Amino acid sequence: MRKVAIVGVGLTKFGESWHRGFREMITEAGIRALADANMPGSDIDALYGGTMAAGRLIGQEHITALIADSMGLNPIPATRVEAACASGSVAMRAGYMAVASGIHDQVVVGGVEKMTDVSTGEVTSALGGAGDQEWELFMGATFPSLYALMARRHMHDYGTTEEQMAHAAVKNHYNAARNKYAQYQKEITLDTVMKSKVISSPLKMFDCSPITDGAAAAVLVPLEKARKYTDTPIEIVASAQASDTLSLHSRESLTRLNAAIEASKKAYGQAKLKPSDIDVAEVHDCFTIAELIAIEDLGFCKKGEGGKMTEQGETALNSKISVNTSGGLKGCGHPVGATGVKQIAEIVWQLRGEAEKRQVKKADIGLTHNVGGSGATCVVHILKRGD
Amino acid sequence: MIGIVGYGAYVPHYRIKAEEIARTWGEDGWRIIKGLGVQEKSVPDLDEDTATMAVESARNAVVHAGIKGKSIGAVFVGSESHPYAVKPTATIVAEAVGATPHLTAADFEFACKAGTTAIQCCMGMVSSGMVEYGLAIGADTAQGRPGDALEYTASAGAGSFIIGKKNAVAEILGTYSYTTDTPDFWRRPSADFPSHGGRFTGEPAYFKHVVNASKGLMEKMKIGPEDVDYVVFHQPNAKFPRHAAKILGIDSKKLEPGLLTPLIGNTYSGASMLGLAAVLDVAKPGQHVLVTSFGSGAGSDSFLIKIKDEIEEKRSRLVPVMNYVNNKEYLDYALYVKHRKKLKSL
Repeated sequence: MRKVAIVGVGLTKFGESWHRGFREMITEAGIRALADANMPGSDIDALYGGTMAAGRLIGQEHITALIADSMGLNPIPATRVEAACASGSVAMRAGYMAVASGIHDQVVVGGVEKMTDVSTGEVTSALGGAGDQEWELFMGATFPSLYALMARRHMHDYGTTEEQMAHAAVKNHYNAARNKYAQYQKEITLDTVMKSKVISSPLKMFDCSPITDGAAAAVLVPLEKARKYTDTPIEIVASAQASDTLSLHSRESLTRLNAAIEASKKAYGQAKLKPSDIDVAEVHDCFTIAELIAIEDLGFCKKGEGGKMTEQGETALNSKISVNTSGGLKGCGHPVGATGVKQIAEIVWQLRGEAEKRQVKKADIGLTHNVGGSGATCVVHILKRGD
Repeated sequence: MIGIVGYGAYVPHYRIKAEEIARTWGEDGWRIIKGLGVQEKSVPDLDEDTATMAVESARNAVVHAGIKGKSIGAVFVGSESHPYAVKPTATIVAEAVGATPHLTAADFEFACKAGTTAIQCCMGMVSSGMVEYGLAIGADTAQGRPGDALEYTASAGAGSFIIGKKNAVAEILGTYSYTTDTPDFWRRPSADFPSHGGRFTGEPAYFKHVVNASKGLMEKMKIGPEDVDYVVFHQPNAKFPRHAAKILGIDSKKLEPGLLTPLIGNTYSGASMLGLAAVLDVAKPGQHVLVTSFGSGAGSDSFLIKIKDEIEEKRSRLVPVMNYVNNKEYLDYALYVKHRKKLKSL
């Protein structure tokens, strides 16, 4: 196995991009990543792309061939991977494995979702496909209601409060306000969250990540070749993935994600690091409760203390551990297929010291945590400065 | 010189409160009122439709103008709720104001802006000498699917403007339009209620067209926001026109006299016409008014209007817009359903 480094990343501005199409966004993100890597397209050996529901949302399948064509990368192999909201980081992992194994040398990985072409109802239905269609969706559950069940149980078992969850949204909006790529560059107060419309009790509008258009891309090369392209290579020191039951009701516990615990354990093992070594983390806050559970599953705090840790500001920018400096899914936006790759881009910028107004002072080691559905897939990557 | 020789308004007597609609659907009325800035909307009576309201406003306009019906050479009625799919509303109005038979007439449709486009057509016909006076009307009994966000605002009303050269109360100094094919809101012939693109109706539709038309007109006329005393924008709710004013750097105080949506809802083709009428009711000679309509689909017509001395002379013949706005009776949701003929099982 070869060591793998990220030498370029690129993002489009996240938001309601009514004036822009799927191929335009992913091509822009890809070109930005290549430009960031100072790499000509002709150096790329393979492309991996993550998108969750292009078929449902824009009626387009076969998207990686489309992306390769649009980016002028033909005839390299272009492969799509799909794991619901974790599609982006599963694509990252596919790219990582291709380079690590020696099959390919220079790989570009993309994640993209175009969500605003259809109604909110159609988006909700398409996203529902991340759960168990037969046992959850068909019975009327939607993702907000599944996460609401998790939130209720967390409140019941650990005394977590709605205010504690709201603090995660407030923090993520604070960070998003310092990120030019974020959908919502606006700070909010606890009151904004608490008084927002109830979506699925106890989750309110501001506990939920939005519907977003966006794309992200990253360029991977063997670490030994990285200096050819950049002075600040970022090494992927762990890439781990785990699976769990698709349906929430089949699990032993509603308040933890076994896939996240399993993937993070493996990742810490690969990197020979422990949770306290992590300086900055991008975690999957599709709902505020998901961030509280994520920081528990990742070992940043004890089980059940995610609410307390968030409320006490220990996950804020430049605190104990800076969580979701990009603004997370809540503030930066959640174009589902792009999210996993965006998390990687954010950590790369943090480790390079290029995160502008949201720069974490000591950022040597960063982690990404990307969840598919209600936790049936979880991917954890750990990145480290390559110098 | 082309100008407004006379104008007239009409708003039905009945209202329903946003709170009452919210109560019916289990929504938070306070949040909706705060979000849309619309407290209540007008509801037509059982025997009212676009034709009857167009006639009411047109009669007021003819009286205000002080002209004979026979001198009107063109009647154009803009609406998206013409009572007939085939058979004009304009002929009904023309008969009612005594303009028949030596005239031309037609119905227009361009979502909420057909009325202002009718004004532009009249301007062309008057300035070319084809007709002495043209009557341009915007009128609607707007439809909103029960339970849809539109139901809180879709209301009824009409505004009529007589365009001519003589004894104008206000001069139309210039007009400019901005049009693209943008499907933000539509209704197929067989559908009872319109469909819309939700948040898509905002930025790429309303704001793009209203802002660009207003900017285009100001550039054409070589003026800035500081040169106008009043501004009227199409008003699907109270939030959109206020935000458009902010984008254009226009003091929102200039918007308030012509912002009727909070009290009567969105009268669609009537909205910018009634807003302009409300401003003309209070404007002083020498003042300038910027009017920009918006029709989904999508386009905006922008006008720069200068108030003339004649406005004071003709005021005694006027039925002010606020008379209609303030004269009201509330309906509960059940009566509203009856008025709007929404009970399909009957």
